[in-house]
Amino acid sequence: MAVTKLFGAAIKRREDPRLITGRGNFTDHIRLPGTLVMAIKRSPHAHARIVRIDTSKARAMRGVVAVYTGQDLVDKLAPVPCAWLIPDSDLKLTPYRAVAVDKVRYVGDAVAVVVAEDRYVAQDAVEAIDVEYEVLPAVVDQEKAMEPGAPQLYDEIPNNLAFHWKLHVGDFDAVWNEAEVRLSRRLINHRLIPTAMEPRGALAAYNPGSGELTIWCTSQNPHVHRLLLSAVTGLPETRIRVIATDVGGGFGSKIPMYAGEMIAAAISRDLGRPIKWIETRQENYVATIHGRDHIQYVDIAARRDGTITGVRVRAYANMGAYLSTAAPGVPTWLFGLMLQGAYAIPVIHCDVYGVLTNTTPTDAYRGAGRPEATYLLERMIDILARELGMDPAEIRRKNFIPKDRFPYTTPTGLQYDSGDYEATLNRALELVDYANLRRQQAELRQQGRYIGIGFSTYVEVCGLAPSQAAGAMGFQGGLWESATVRVHPTGKVTVFTGSNPHGQGEETTFAQLVADELGVPFEDVEIIHGDTEMVPFGMGTYGSRSTAVGGAALVAACRKVKEKAQRIAAHLLEVSPEDLAFENGRFFVKGAPDRGMTFQEVALQAYLAWKLPRDIEPGLEATHFWDPVNNTFPFGCHICVVEVDPETGKVDFLKYVAVDDVGNVINPMIVDGQVHGGIAQGLAQAVYEYAAYDANGQLLSASLMDYAIPKASMLPSFTVDRTVTPTPVNPMGVKGAGETGTIASTPAVVNAVIDALAPFGIEHIDMPLTPERIWRAVRERSS
Amino acid sequence: MYPSTFTYYRAGSVQEALKLLVENPDAKLLAGGHSLIPAMKLRLASPSALIDISRVPELAGIRDAGDRIVIGATTRYDDIQRSELVRQVLPILPEAIDVIGDLQVRNMGTIGGSLAHADPAADLPAVVLALGAELKAVGPDGERTIPADQFFVDLFTTALQPNEILTEISFPKPPARTGMSYQKFANPASGYAVVGAAAVVTLGEDGKVAAVRVGVTGAGPYAVRRQNVEQALVGQEPTAAAIEAASQLASEGMTFNSDIFASDEYRAHLTRVFVKRALTRAVERARG
Repeated sequence: MAVTKLFGAAIKRREDPRLITGRGNFTDHIRLPGTLVMAIKRSPHAHARIVRIDTSKARAMRGVVAVYTGQDLVDKLAPVPCAWLIPDSDLKLTPYRAVAVDKVRYVGDAVAVVVAEDRYVAQDAVEAIDVEYEVLPAVVDQEKAMEPGAPQLYDEIPNNLAFHWKLHVGDFDAVWNEAEVRLSRRLINHRLIPTAMEPRGALAAYNPGSGELTIWCTSQNPHVHRLLLSAVTGLPETRIRVIATDVGGGFGSKIPMYAGEMIAAAISRDLGRPIKWIETRQENYVATIHGRDHIQYVDIAARRDGTITGVRVRAYANMGAYLSTAAPGVPTWLFGLMLQGAYAIPVIHCDVYGVLTNTTPTDAYRGAGRPEATYLLERMIDILARELGMDPAEIRRKNFIPKDRFPYTTPTGLQYDSGDYEATLNRALELVDYANLRRQQAELRQQGRYIGIGFSTYVEVCGLAPSQAAGAMGFQGGLWESATVRVHPTGKVTVFTGSNPHGQGEETTFAQLVADELGVPFEDVEIIHGDTEMVPFGMGTYGSRSTAVGGAALVAACRKVKEKAQRIAAHLLEVSPEDLAFENGRFFVKGAPDRGMTFQEVALQAYLAWKLPRDIEPGLEATHFWDPVNNTFPFGCHICVVEVDPETGKVDFLKYVAVDDVGNVINPMIVDGQVHGGIAQGLAQAVYEYAAYDANGQLLSASLMDYAIPKASMLPSFTVDRTVTPTPVNPMGVKGAGETGTIASTPAVVNAVIDALAPFGIEHIDMPLTPERIWRAVRERSS
Repeated sequence: MYPSTFTYYRAGSVQEALKLLVENPDAKLLAGGHSLIPAMKLRLASPSALIDISRVPELAGIRDAGDRIVIGATTRYDDIQRSELVRQVLPILPEAIDVIGDLQVRNMGTIGGSLAHADPAADLPAVVLALGAELKAVGPDGERTIPADQFFVDLFTTALQPNEILTEISFPKPPARTGMSYQKFANPASGYAVVGAAAVVTLGEDGKVAAVRVGVTGAGPYAVRRQNVEQALVGQEPTAAAIEAASQLASEGMTFNSDIFASDEYRAHLTRVFVKRALTRAVERARG
């Protein structure tokens, strides 16, 4: 393992000067001569038949170049693809036209497209298009959508049921019958809107002369988008270049293949002109994927001493109106496999119903499935503790998978790589001064003040792998990552990574890795990502995989480079490679440190090629495709302390302690940033964020005036600490830190609020814990 | 985010602005633009013309007019907040402005713009009601003064005529032993008031309430004074119990808004709670 000086150093992010001074290259910054602007007319109805579309007024407007309806695009674009075909689930794919042809199925479904000389004219033209609809009854709630007589989104998908996924391990009925304690609850994990700072967009430039399509777009996985664009447009991959160098946040929302980008590509090809489409924030809210949205029925079987003996879950996942690219895998594999959490629960039964409704499609949103599993377990274990009169910390300790059982094979078939769950709990208890805090809580209650302490001891799966497992799960892709390390004659290094960081800071952490591996200065390493023409095929950035998988590919490629350099150096120094040592960027003869060459000198010789070993090619470059043998499983303990004002229901945050174990840490400052952002997002689900639909399928929280993303003033200070349990899965021993905060924090916050309200006899309130919901719960119990 | 076409005029004087208003009956006056422009971007408002009055010199500024303080309609929040005179005499204004939007909004937004727009959830309407301000308007037929009590008429609707311009807001200087406070329950998404309560309390030498004015915003379609609360307190010793009892009346006879964040019932409850909190704070301050 390479732990030298840059590994572990809190170096400031090198991408930041570019990004914070407005010098990034985001999609909307790219200007091409002759570009036309595209705008999409979207359905105002959640469910309706398109009777007639009159585009004549729009077409006649000055500055309007073309108007397309769904029918006009049928021959130019295949349907929007779904690429996670979960097996044995009776999966029914939704025919998903980029522009609706006969029927619209959610508010925001595209019905027509305008291409104009400028964005203002395009908007005027969008408004001038007259669409006659036959409005149909809509269904928003996934349980109602499965009831007999519910509105049917598709003739060919009865009861709106897209799939029924099952995972039954052990005999739950037996443990249920034998259980000393049985708890059954219904939990709601509500719908969220990812709200990346940069909305989605594309600049598609088809060159009719060469037959090449270049598309700048907001993508977490440019090669996957190239592959899917090839599939939907019929252009060969070799004629498509996807560029997404700077992307302003994604949180999963920039993984899928969307209608907007597809339409821009098809129209650019049709008109032979560059087409720019940038969605508005309102479009972002209705037409970019949403996340979560589960209704869960949970049964927990336990013994009186707090030992959980089995978990049974029946979950209804709201998939929205169409199956988005990775959607079927999120509430199934990414949820069901993690239902034992950090606990030695032997029996797991899980049934997931994927239900279609007249709402925006859902897909992977930061955490993706794991927050839904973690919330369920962490909430239920608190309810169980209350039932048994146990301390929430102690019931967790009781059920933890002990550290001597790693690697631990879960009943769901995962192999937890490494862990010491109790260490994070102990450290968090110490940091929050638990015993004192409980005393303080008791005293304040006497004064009519209500503070609460909430726990979340989570484990999550990231760096999803290996590709073989992906195949078994029906994921239509591999889960490896690629890296090319190119050493130039001067010894400077360019790295081409298949990861596509869009806020995670890998331009910095990857350079730290390379500098350590090759002994070159940090400044001499360039990281190139997000351009399919430059980078070998890559899978992209999501699921906290970039460092654990992309970083491992990079280290492996560096080691190939170093091995070749060593052979060249040995040849030049006239010793055998084994006789050389490498330190501080220099090869030297063991026992004769004066006889040596710097890495840069070797690089130059590799390119001069005047005196290379016979079996060595000139140049100094290597590529590695890293397919990990396993996932990684970060874990930790978060403790949230709140005060609730029972008069208004308002929650104030007093303390927040996060002790995470993400394995070895390359750049602690960047990991802290990831943890902070993750906590903010998860905390916001608990108390602020809520995608609200009315019964007709209108999104009521369709703007930032109504959808409460957390502002700095709405958050507490975070106390962040770590334990370090390296993973054996990759050479750096790193796990992943992108989603831990989001996964851990939501139940910690809810558990804290419910703990504060314990004197009122309140055991559960469904999220989001808005002031009104809390006030109502208190009032109900007080009267 | 793309407004419809409009014509932009920049007025050099109030008279020029009035003339432009007559010539463009569908026009909107532009001051700070922090309510109007977002509405135009969403095409919720599509005026044919904007008349920019933000650079009319006589409309901006804060002056001491003896027993009153007069603030020009296009005076920006930030200038009011920084005014030593206002901080000394009308501290409720900076207290309320401090919870309006963010720094960027406060750098651009104007007091007159907020009042004339009459957003049901804006903060300052409650404050001008509680301070008993007078609003001066100029129209083709000359000038008139509108008491704050008569200014807010309905949702986004004021006593201003379409061809009138709000020019200044005049506040009486409060007597000795006056305390004032604005208490707000902010919507976590927008930052606007779910309920905002402003209270201005003057105590007599005997420590009893000599005068009190209470304004409430956010709760209903437009900001209102709560005379029933005021009447219940005048002449009383402002004990916690007396304030609590008076505040219970705050929600009587009001219409409440309802949205995804707060129902009408909850807003009614918050109205009582925040009137109580504002009164409690104002009394503390009046006592010094």
